Amino acid sequence: MSTQTPAQELDQVTVMFAGDSGDGMQLTGTQFTTTSAIIGNDVSTFPDFPAEIRAPAGTLPGVSGFQVHFGSVNIRTPGDSPDVLVAMNPAALKVNLSQLEDGATILVNEDAFTKAGLKKAGYEENPLENGSLGAYRVIKIPLTTLNREALKDVELDSGAVDRCKNLFALGVMFWLYDRPLEPTLEWLAKKFGKKPILVEANSKALKTGYYYAETAEVFTTHYKVKAATHLSAGEYRQVSGNEALCLGLVTASHKAGIELFYGSYPITPASDVLHHLSRMKHFNVKTFQAEDEIAAVCSAIGAAYAGSLGITGTSGPGVALKGEAIGLAVMTELPLVIVNVQRAGPSTGMPTKTEQADLLQALFGRNGESPCAVVAPATPTDCFTMAMEAVRLALTHMVPVFILSDGYLANGAEPWKMPDPDELPSISVTYAAAGEGEFEGYKHDPETLGRPWATPGTPGLEHRIGGLEKWDVTGHISYDPDNHHHMTVLREAKIQRMQVPDAVVDGDQDGDLLVISWGSTFGAVTSAVEEFRGSSDAKVGHVHLRYLNPFPKNLEAVLGRFKTVLVPELNMGQLCMLLRAKFLVDAVSFPKVKGRPFQVTELVDRFRQAVKG
Amino acid sequence: MPTTLPLKKKDFVSDQDVRWCPGCGDYAILAAIQKTMPTLGLPKEKFMFVSGIGCSSRFPYYMNTYGFHTIHGRAPALATGIKCTNPDLSVWLITGDGDGLSIGGNHLLHVLRRNLDINILLFNNRIYGLTKGQYSPTSEVGKVTKSTPLGSLDAPVNPLRFALASEATFVARTYDTDVKHMSQIFTEAASHKGVSFIEILQNCVIFNDGAFEEQVAKKVRKEKLVYLEHGKPMTYGAAGNHGVKLNGFELEAASWDEGGEVPSDVLVHDQTAENSTLAYLLTQFDDPLPVGVFRKVERPTYDDGINAQVELAKSKKPSDLAALYRSGANTWSVS
Repeated sequence: MSTQTPAQELDQVTVMFAGDSGDGMQLTGTQFTTTSAIIGNDVSTFPDFPAEIRAPAGTLPGVSGFQVHFGSVNIRTPGDSPDVLVAMNPAALKVNLSQLEDGATILVNEDAFTKAGLKKAGYEENPLENGSLGAYRVIKIPLTTLNREALKDVELDSGAVDRCKNLFALGVMFWLYDRPLEPTLEWLAKKFGKKPILVEANSKALKTGYYYAETAEVFTTHYKVKAATHLSAGEYRQVSGNEALCLGLVTASHKAGIELFYGSYPITPASDVLHHLSRMKHFNVKTFQAEDEIAAVCSAIGAAYAGSLGITGTSGPGVALKGEAIGLAVMTELPLVIVNVQRAGPSTGMPTKTEQADLLQALFGRNGESPCAVVAPATPTDCFTMAMEAVRLALTHMVPVFILSDGYLANGAEPWKMPDPDELPSISVTYAAAGEGEFEGYKHDPETLGRPWATPGTPGLEHRIGGLEKWDVTGHISYDPDNHHHMTVLREAKIQRMQVPDAVVDGDQDGDLLVISWGSTFGAVTSAVEEFRGSSDAKVGHVHLRYLNPFPKNLEAVLGRFKTVLVPELNMGQLCMLLRAKFLVDAVSFPKVKGRPFQVTELVDRFRQAVKG
Repeated sequence: MPTTLPLKKKDFVSDQDVRWCPGCGDYAILAAIQKTMPTLGLPKEKFMFVSGIGCSSRFPYYMNTYGFHTIHGRAPALATGIKCTNPDLSVWLITGDGDGLSIGGNHLLHVLRRNLDINILLFNNRIYGLTKGQYSPTSEVGKVTKSTPLGSLDAPVNPLRFALASEATFVARTYDTDVKHMSQIFTEAASHKGVSFIEILQNCVIFNDGAFEEQVAKKVRKEKLVYLEHGKPMTYGAAGNHGVKLNGFELEAASWDEGGEVPSDVLVHDQTAENSTLAYLLTQFDDPLPVGVFRKVERPTYDDGINAQVELAKSKKPSDLAALYRSGANTWSVS
């Protein structure tokens, strides 16, 4: 694009789009992200929206934000602190100001800073006029007025016109970071294809915003961010964690050649899993919106008993309700995948905010000795891989397996290099067939300790199962004390016998500090370790766990090679407690429960403190 | 190899010792089921018994078929998963007044309204047996039990009214001391395409002995029960000279001379009536107490629907993973 304004090159930028929850900020952010990805940047996003569908307009609880971090370098997190905040109203400014560092750019819709708008946001005086934003570069644009002017010839009512102003703002940002308009124009044409007037209005707003930024010289400079070079060759798309999870589950069922049954009850932030899977029926996928969480898991167990891949998905409160039924799956030794897209708790907690505080619930949240396998994806795209892994473990060993995702992974998105389905590992399933003599429903495979999967309808395998303790081999009811002890040990052994990859230590293989993380903190912790190692002489290693039960077999040995073990987690120290209990290691917890992910800077600070001792 | 037909009662008897109390009504229900199953013309492996928790829920262990003794109240949800993914099975759900109407009330409501093609047998003994004698959601007000020494306070729920209000398509009542009647109802339920709900009045000899004695005892039965038969007048009595008629919005008993013609205002039973009002009135009537099929109507089943949607989707789009990864997303190449 030719322009008079000088262009400066940057290797990474973080932008936060914030406005009222009705302002279309998620859409604006998504379009900015997609365009950035299409031109070759690496990207990572963090949508942050209120639980209320439409909180009163202009108020602090109604603010919806979308943060995107893009660059020519490896982008692992949505960024600690926005370089640019786009604030569509005073409330959006107020909510996000504390995230900004000095020198950041704030682009505001000046028109929204009216007396009424300021009052709704709780401002006593106008921050644009009282000098309180002196540390930042503030760009004031009368977005509402300019957008109305741009669309004055379009035959739409004033409300519909004003709803286009997010596209005007997007146009401004596209110019600022030298992004093409075409992907968004194409998208608008597709989305509003049946309403040409909306295509026209939104396209016009976008273009006018772009040209306004170019000609009005509101910015002294604009920026280029080159295509990333670390992304390997291939075909890419943007994928959120929930999308990747569904694609992984469907791929696994397809690879295993069995039907997928998903029983679920809507709950934030897991509902999208139900939405996505319900559109994949052509892959032999049945989705069942149950009457409650308990029915959802029970229907999945019923499907598993009947020979399908039974899956249930929910968030922490739902797992609490499903506990007894998961115990039934443990007792009846049926394969079951339980997706927990974690959110801040306890109780209803903060439904749209992220947290990883359900690890101990997954491991121990049931009556009796009730072991389940637990895996945790590290990134949105890793949800694909770990979903396939969960299915493999469940089907191989006939056990329930938890996938611990969270709100951050579920809604966050990043580029995904789409795999060749033929190159993905196959999953084998064997159903029992009638043999000589009476069928023995609890005769365990000596290697996997899985029991025969005898599906109803198969002649000669009629048998009864249930939640009561069973005799080993025959599967008949048993109250025998020694048998109960034996079966309890066997159920645990099934988990511990699973083949999971060894833990890989990034950085130094022994030395001063070992940082252990799990789940969605991967990006922030990896970046922080990298940054810290570049600025410190300390010998620092990093292990990111994707298998929480069983742990990798080499974990104990790895732990022994470092002086200090530090465990940053978005909970009060659950993994840390497990490591201490299991390996008698003096691991130190670095907890954070604010409903937000770790920032790289706070991790680096903590590492520095840890090596000082 | 499928089982060779025809089957006999003994083919359905499992090797497990039956552990209900001596004299329990459940024995007769088990016998009636084991007698009826071979007559349905299905191989043994196609039968699936699912239960929750309670005395009645031990039932699957005694049937030599596929069986799943699940958790308290949740059998309808398990059965939903089983029937939707294995629709050829003849699924029989065994529950009780506590399992089905207390802890599992929500699931029962939803499985009925969905019209899942299964058969639900609710053993109603108006008491908790397995936990040793507390009142149940069908116990009469004022019931003195271990947990209600001064009498229970809450009004009971009528299982049939619950089923009708939940839009069940087959609703029936039978009782544990009449194997012939039970067998007849079970057979009709099995032939019904859709959810079948059967309340079985069942005696708990230990904690609620004689709960239905005033109506079902052999010596009073003919005067105290009215056997509903489709297309026939609702008459009862040893001489057949009593009947049920409508008076305003209520049912009432009517009598006429022995051997006389049935009066024209005696109701003729129509179990297929689309409007369930009369069936509902029958559930409120208790002298005589109606038994038999109250309602039997046709409606699409949930299991057919969920399978049809999958088949339709499959016929429209191939299951191509590479295409799935690309659908609905902008893609780009990195070289």
